[in-house]
Amino acid sequence: MAQVTLRKVVKKYDEVLAVRGIDLDISDKEFIVLVGPSGCGKSTTLRMIAGLEEISGGDIAIGGHVVNDVPPKDRDIAMVFQNYALYPHMNVYENMSFGLKLKKTPKDVIDQRVKQAAQILDITELLDRKPKQLSGGQRQRVAMGRAIVRDPKVFLFDEPLSNLDAKLRVQMRTEIKKVHQKVRTTTVYVTHDQVEAMTLADRVVVMNGGLIEQVGSPNDLYHSPATKFVAGFIGSPAMNFITCQLEQAAGALRVRLNDTLSFPVPADRTARYTPHVGQPNLMLGLRPEHIMETRPHTEPNQHDFDMLIDVVEPMGMETLVYFTVNGREICGRVNPNAGAAAAQSMKLRADLSNMHLIDDSTGKVL
Amino acid sequence: MANAAIATGEPTRPKYGSMSRDRTWALRWSYFFLVLFAIFFLMPPIYMLITSLKTSAEISAATNPWWISNPTLQNYIDLLSQNHFLVFFRNSAIVSICVVIMTMLISVVAAFALARMKFWGSATLATGVFLTYLIPETLLFIPLFKMFAWVNEVLGIQLMNHWWTMIILYPTLTVPFATWIMIGYFASIPKELDEAALIDGATWMQTLTKIFIPVALPGIIAATIFTFTVAWAQFLYPLAFTTSTSELVLPVGIITTLIKGDVFNWGQIMTGALLGAAPPLIIYAFLMDYYIAGLTAGATKG
Amino acid sequence: MADIAARNPAGHPSQQRSGLHKLMQRKSTIAFLMALPLILLISILVAYPAGYAVYLATLNKGMTRFVGFGNFEFLFGRDTFWLVVYQSCLFAITAVIFKAIIGFVVAHFVHNIPSKGQRKWRGMLLVPWVIPPAMSTLAWLWLFDPSYSALNWLLAIFGFEAIPWTGEAGWARFSVILVNVWIGSPFFMIMYLAALKSVPEQLYEAASIDGATWWQRIWYVTLPMMRNIIAITALFSLIVTFANFDIVRVLTAGGPLNSTHIFGTWAFRVGIEGGDIPLGAAVSLFMVPILAVAATFILRDITKRGSEV
Repeated sequence: MAQVTLRKVVKKYDEVLAVRGIDLDISDKEFIVLVGPSGCGKSTTLRMIAGLEEISGGDIAIGGHVVNDVPPKDRDIAMVFQNYALYPHMNVYENMSFGLKLKKTPKDVIDQRVKQAAQILDITELLDRKPKQLSGGQRQRVAMGRAIVRDPKVFLFDEPLSNLDAKLRVQMRTEIKKVHQKVRTTTVYVTHDQVEAMTLADRVVVMNGGLIEQVGSPNDLYHSPATKFVAGFIGSPAMNFITCQLEQAAGALRVRLNDTLSFPVPADRTARYTPHVGQPNLMLGLRPEHIMETRPHTEPNQHDFDMLIDVVEPMGMETLVYFTVNGREICGRVNPNAGAAAAQSMKLRADLSNMHLIDDSTGKVL
Repeated sequence: MANAAIATGEPTRPKYGSMSRDRTWALRWSYFFLVLFAIFFLMPPIYMLITSLKTSAEISAATNPWWISNPTLQNYIDLLSQNHFLVFFRNSAIVSICVVIMTMLISVVAAFALARMKFWGSATLATGVFLTYLIPETLLFIPLFKMFAWVNEVLGIQLMNHWWTMIILYPTLTVPFATWIMIGYFASIPKELDEAALIDGATWMQTLTKIFIPVALPGIIAATIFTFTVAWAQFLYPLAFTTSTSELVLPVGIITTLIKGDVFNWGQIMTGALLGAAPPLIIYAFLMDYYIAGLTAGATKG
Repeated sequence: MADIAARNPAGHPSQQRSGLHKLMQRKSTIAFLMALPLILLISILVAYPAGYAVYLATLNKGMTRFVGFGNFEFLFGRDTFWLVVYQSCLFAITAVIFKAIIGFVVAHFVHNIPSKGQRKWRGMLLVPWVIPPAMSTLAWLWLFDPSYSALNWLLAIFGFEAIPWTGEAGWARFSVILVNVWIGSPFFMIMYLAALKSVPEQLYEAASIDGATWWQRIWYVTLPMMRNIIAITALFSLIVTFANFDIVRVLTAGGPLNSTHIFGTWAFRVGIEGGDIPLGAAVSLFMVPILAVAATFILRDITKRGSEV
């Protein structure tokens, strides 16, 4: 069983707290992604799991055993680094077999495992090349091969795709997912790219400032973010936040953005939001995908409004429109044929069935 | 890293050493050995200092050589008031400074040409510069000896037994290394800087003086320090080519005048040696980082 | 590479300029002129004397007539000559090996301690290399003095016999090597330290995770990555130690009984003190082939590996 457990894990560098107490339970065979902005502590946490950083406080357990004092080589883990960290003077075969060679594994076992891993990653014809002769994507595969060969309890990935160009990144993402489906090993993956997190993870851990903001499946995080940070972090383009007031009129709630714009709150939220009527520092969170062009058939909770468009960004399959509300730039996604044009007024539709109400003073989603 | 699996009674899980404890021990051992090596490396200069502060009587009394019972500055006073010592110092200083100036002028300009301006034979010349290392001074001093005699016969210039001859000779030892350092530094300056200067309308000379030299200043400082140290420490050439006391430079002067026959005035010798070692040491103390940077940059880029 | 064109001062397109002026403006000419002092220096004071030395070695003692290989034959017959060859090689190889080992070990220790302290230690440990060799050899001479040796004094405290550091052939050779190592190790230390710092930390991390102990990390990661630096520093040091003069001259003057003479000191003895210039030239010429062979081997190894890492 290869579950990983973190209890109140803290990391302190001199006086600075990089990680401030994390609790996390990772199940066997799970693919978990730690995501967050630079400096949030995700890499530090990963390195503590690996044993490359000492744990200042708390416990980390792998497979049920506390490993705080255990050196990396005895933790039965494998790691894929951002810069691949391939041994430059060894060829691919030697790179992949290095760990086994150190353990004095018999030659035929090494050979079998290396060839097997090479097949999974489609690098069999590269086995006698040196890292210098490989492209970025190939090097990344070799790095993964090195990890697979060791057959560890846990795979650790430290931003492995950050050094690849955009197209290659998309390709390698799929490769990693395929590998995980074939080699069902617990995986902890660190990235700053929320798209990678969403596409790869069974569960996503959003970190910020050394703490966990929220843990959940990609869908949970997308549809039910717990904090403003998570709401704004997940999803691209990011969620729009507009200052608003919550009003009550005749038993129904309205969210008022300004003198000209207000929308009725969906009925299923009435109970949840009523206690917050009149509360200051409220913000409406609405994703760009829920601001669209007007259409003939109106669904419940969809409301049209007119808006002067500032900037138009054609993306091919859709067009992003930017306009200003309450002094902020808001983004919407419209059909490319909807006739959006800069400096022209356009009729837009807001779908409030997916709205979020946020208390800006606490950052919590209500 | 602890890989000792301590065999205990339980078969379930091997015990591991603590990582942080390993790290502390590694650090302790490091400091321990560093102290040992520091003692080894610093012991002779310190001993020079100790001896220089002793009277002759104390030295010959053969008491504890590592301790000074009656410290005295007499050796320093004697040496510095002697005409000869000051002459040696002056000669060394003038020679070294002149050599530094000459070397830097030649090297910087040549390095710029070799690093940036490809011309016919530049690759051969660069290799040639490197090859001069294979021709040591211990080979050259003999033919030079004869060449000086020839120059005297034909041109009437007496090169033997003059301290200023050293100014002509030392650059052969300093220029190759200085050029090599500067080539390394110049080569590391991004070509875009040249191009920007070109677009801004600079001539090659302006590019050199206004851009390369300021940017490669650490390298220039390092090369200057090395040149000075090498020039100051020269022993073979002055030993071979200068004989009169007034023409000697410091290293040769100390050794030949203080060791008269079988009488060794160790107090004075050590004082002389220490004072002879002082200028490079002082420069080193203040500019240590440039020193080290120059050494390593030259090599890792080569 | 940016073609730095020499600027045409007048800026007019078609001008009648003298051929010489045009020549002066061309980049390659300017570059050549800039390198000219260097070329002159090396030609006149290095290349020419080297060739002249070959010529001199073929003359008789009085430099009146040509004797071809006479000097060389004479040398081959002399025992002292073969001693000199043996000693030069012995000192060079032994000293370089020890300098490399000590330099490597010390570099590791310096690398291990936190970076704040490293500067201090580096500073202290480089001192032997900064002091003029002639001066520090004087200090060692005093430390080795037959009657007053401070080292023998320390040995006496522990009950050991006094060592004839420069008095007896075996010990004299040891002392020469010791001083060589003392002066040269810091250079190796600094070079290796820089090379150690250039090995990416992640390689060590990957190796730790792969299960390497500390010495396995050195063997499989550090040493291979440092191959080039090790070769270059070894080459430099071999040349410098082989062609050394200062240390032997001051410490033992070649004695006792020629047991510490090397090419440089013996050439000086024979050529200048003995007045036989051609013989001296012949002696010192022997250094060149040996050095050239060593250099070729090591350089070939470097360029071969240069394409790897």
